[in-house]
Amino acid sequence: MSSHAVAHTHYTTTGLDNRKVAIWAFIGSECMLFASLIATYLIYKGRSLVGPFPHTEWVNEAGQTLPAILDIPVTSASTFVLLMSSLAMVLALQAVQLKDTPLPADANWWGRIQRSSKTWLLVTAMLGTTFLGFQAYEFTAFVNEGLTIRTNLFGSSFFTLTGFHGAHVTVGVLWLMSLLFIDMKRGLGPADEVSVDIAALYWHFVDVVWIAIFTLIYLIE
Amino acid sequence: MAHDVKEAARMHHPSGWTYVKVGALLTIITAVEVWLYYIPAAVASPLFNPTMLTMSAAKFAIVVMFYMHLKYDHKIFRALFTGPLVVAAITVVAFLFLFFKIKIAL
Repeated sequence: MSSHAVAHTHYTTTGLDNRKVAIWAFIGSECMLFASLIATYLIYKGRSLVGPFPHTEWVNEAGQTLPAILDIPVTSASTFVLLMSSLAMVLALQAVQLKDTPLPADANWWGRIQRSSKTWLLVTAMLGTTFLGFQAYEFTAFVNEGLTIRTNLFGSSFFTLTGFHGAHVTVGVLWLMSLLFIDMKRGLGPADEVSVDIAALYWHFVDVVWIAIFTLIYLIE
Repeated sequence: MAHDVKEAARMHHPSGWTYVKVGALLTIITAVEVWLYYIPAAVASPLFNPTMLTMSAAKFAIVVMFYMHLKYDHKIFRALFTGPLVVAAITVVAFLFLFFKIKIAL
């Protein structure tokens, strides 16, 4: 371990890095935050007095019958994008971990790209940004169809839950871009492993929250 | 000691191909979820919701175990995550019992 890493790493008596203990404790607290938001959504589910509704047709003020508002194909695509961003993130962490091992002479394209932390961090940030683009599209479409945070109980609980999740994704993208900037500036090495690991843990947590949201809000009627 | 703990965790991390295979498995489970959603008979079935919840829980567990390395990491991290997760799950279930008048027949 380099002297640089020793100067900035504080281990607890358990032998664990205190930054990693902290991020797991933070993720634990975030579980409770999102559970309360999901519980709120489920409690209000089916109790809206006026449309739009998530899974059933509704009649607007002009007497027109309109379809359910949730767009499953678009959300399925954004879910796939977020899942793939988790894959890219874990490969970014592995690339940083592998930097202290020499590349074999007969390494193929996969062996070479596995060690490119810049590539994987960039891919993760781009996929995260794409997910945010899908969310912006969905929110805009909903508002155009008459669903805002003030329209009904579904709108209030839906925008609060998915808005909180989107804010977390935004923070994650900014975090990833700062890591990418550091990687381009001076290069990330094994000494930065914990810094990349905690960013990865945060990113994967954002992904597992979406896994729960996608099933509970979008697929289960 | 600190270095040993870190090294021990690193030694057990899966390979890059394992991560890719896990990503493919997550994609397949998601595709099955969406496919089932578009089959009216499946949606009408009483098994639809439990099936969806099981598949979602499986995806959740796979990401946590493999991508977040909780399967290979220290048990303190496991406790820090699963403790609040259990509290959160109990809270959600308790709210559903309170507001939806769900009852357990004894």
